[in-house]
Amino acid sequence: MGDVGSYFSDIKEAVTSIFEGMAVTASHFMRKPYTVQYPDRMPVRVQDTLPFRYRGILEVDMEICTGCLACERACPIDCIVIAVEKDKQTKQMLISQFDIDIAKCMYCGLCSEPCPTGSIHHTTEFEGADFSLESLMRRFIQDPVVAYKAKKGPETDPRIMPVLNRGMRYVDEWAQAGGEKPAAEEESA
Amino acid sequence: MQQWVDSLIAAGAFGHNLPRELIYALFIFVFSAVVFLGVAFPFAGIVSWAERRVWARIQSRVGPNRVGPNGFLQWLADGVKNVCKEDLVPAEADERLFKLAPYLVVIAFVMPWAVMPFSSDLILADLNVGILYMTSVTALTVVGMLMAGWASNDKWSLIGGIRSAAQIVSYEIPAGLAIFPVVLITGTLSMQGIIRAQGWAPTQWFAFTNPFTFIAANILFMSALAEGNRTPFDLPEAESELVAGFATEYSGMRYLFFFMAEWGNLFIIGAIITALFLGGWQFPHVTDDRIVMNVLQLITFNVKVLFLVFVSMWIRATLPRVRIDQLMSLCWKFFVPISFVNLIGTAIWVAIWPQGNPVGGYVMVALFTALMILFVRRVIYYFRRSKMELYLSPII
Repeated sequence: MGDVGSYFSDIKEAVTSIFEGMAVTASHFMRKPYTVQYPDRMPVRVQDTLPFRYRGILEVDMEICTGCLACERACPIDCIVIAVEKDKQTKQMLISQFDIDIAKCMYCGLCSEPCPTGSIHHTTEFEGADFSLESLMRRFIQDPVVAYKAKKGPETDPRIMPVLNRGMRYVDEWAQAGGEKPAAEEESA
Repeated sequence: MQQWVDSLIAAGAFGHNLPRELIYALFIFVFSAVVFLGVAFPFAGIVSWAERRVWARIQSRVGPNRVGPNGFLQWLADGVKNVCKEDLVPAEADERLFKLAPYLVVIAFVMPWAVMPFSSDLILADLNVGILYMTSVTALTVVGMLMAGWASNDKWSLIGGIRSAAQIVSYEIPAGLAIFPVVLITGTLSMQGIIRAQGWAPTQWFAFTNPFTFIAANILFMSALAEGNRTPFDLPEAESELVAGFATEYSGMRYLFFFMAEWGNLFIIGAIITALFLGGWQFPHVTDDRIVMNVLQLITFNVKVLFLVFVSMWIRATLPRVRIDQLMSLCWKFFVPISFVNLIGTAIWVAIWPQGNPVGGYVMVALFTALMILFVRRVIYYFRRSKMELYLSPII
């Protein structure tokens, strides 16, 4: 093929490749866009689609908090502040302050692991945007609360049931056929 | 239009003391303002929105859909944002030229509207050199862009401006040569004269008169894209190499002017092709009512132009940018020689059939239809290969 031949084959190649390229892009007009229109045009909330062990914003269930301060000690950046005092008359443990500074929290999950009752736990909530830093300080106690005391015996306290159910759901989710095995089984044990 | 103003003056609508020239000047200003503010400016804005939606669909995205119904008012939001921004002039820039450049670009965009043949009566001035005027004033853009590139005192801007000059001046030649076959057939340069020589049926359009005019139409379209700085020829503002080319140092309102001119030029590109090759405003004579006919012609013209605008958006989303040497070799090695062949071929065609060859139109339309069927089959093939469900709604 000489110079003249390659000249015309160049033209042919350009025309046919543009023709094919236009066909490819035209076929995209008939496809649905992939875009997920977060946050307001979603079929379900993103929070509901997140995996169960997602480490979102911390939450404390004051009903079952024993006031053991394990989470406060575990926290590497001291974003949890707990005040526990003993009531002189009734000889009860009173928790008078339980604050978590979400602005400081780095979602490491070290606080929820030592918790004996599963009171402090992560939620799937992650939208923490706010206009002031002060409102990121989560105060879980208004009036002093009596600390939870674990019952002796085989019967499960109904107040811990939600926590246990949560744990069972975790097992169910990962134990299904085809599901992945949890990587850090020993850590949580 | 002049006749209408004359009849108004004769009827004494302005009193009898005003000089005639003053009334003409007044009408020119009023109509320029109406065309610019009522047609050209909103069109450029809406095209900027439509273009983003079209690209988005091609790239499996959604595009702007928040401001107004389906994001339709996005262009107003963008415009207000740009107007509110600081008008920054670099310290080392040539301030006067820097400030003047965007207006020159906009002037080059506004001037062609004077000979825009919207319908058989709706044209501001049916110049007897209409198409020549159109091509020459659109090329004035290069002055503004070169000025912007020089005055910014910035290497990126300068390279962008120089590229723009090289590109627009080079592509004027194939564009001009691609117009000649039509002028050979009609023997006139007037926009209305060229459109009147065509008919409403595709077989009577100049694009399908003979093979040479068909190629000429394609060359003119591609050259016009190059002159309008559209991808695949958007070298003067190539983002990946030159930031924003000649517009790098601009901000706010002046930056907006450049892009308004670029998007508005799409209409002018479409209008040139439509008027010369696609039958312009020609519509079957269905009624004797002049106003109804004019409205139908206006709609026909705009539908054709908007289709071409859509095609140029589609090309922009499909083809990658060419290199500067490829751009030049495409122009000088391919478009210019092929345009000359077209010119000679059309001249021979006209010499053989001075009154036109009626069979040629039908054969060309049949071939073009076959090509389009082949194209649709390829589109369906690629769609099936993607294994996705059909979703034709433009709204999401």
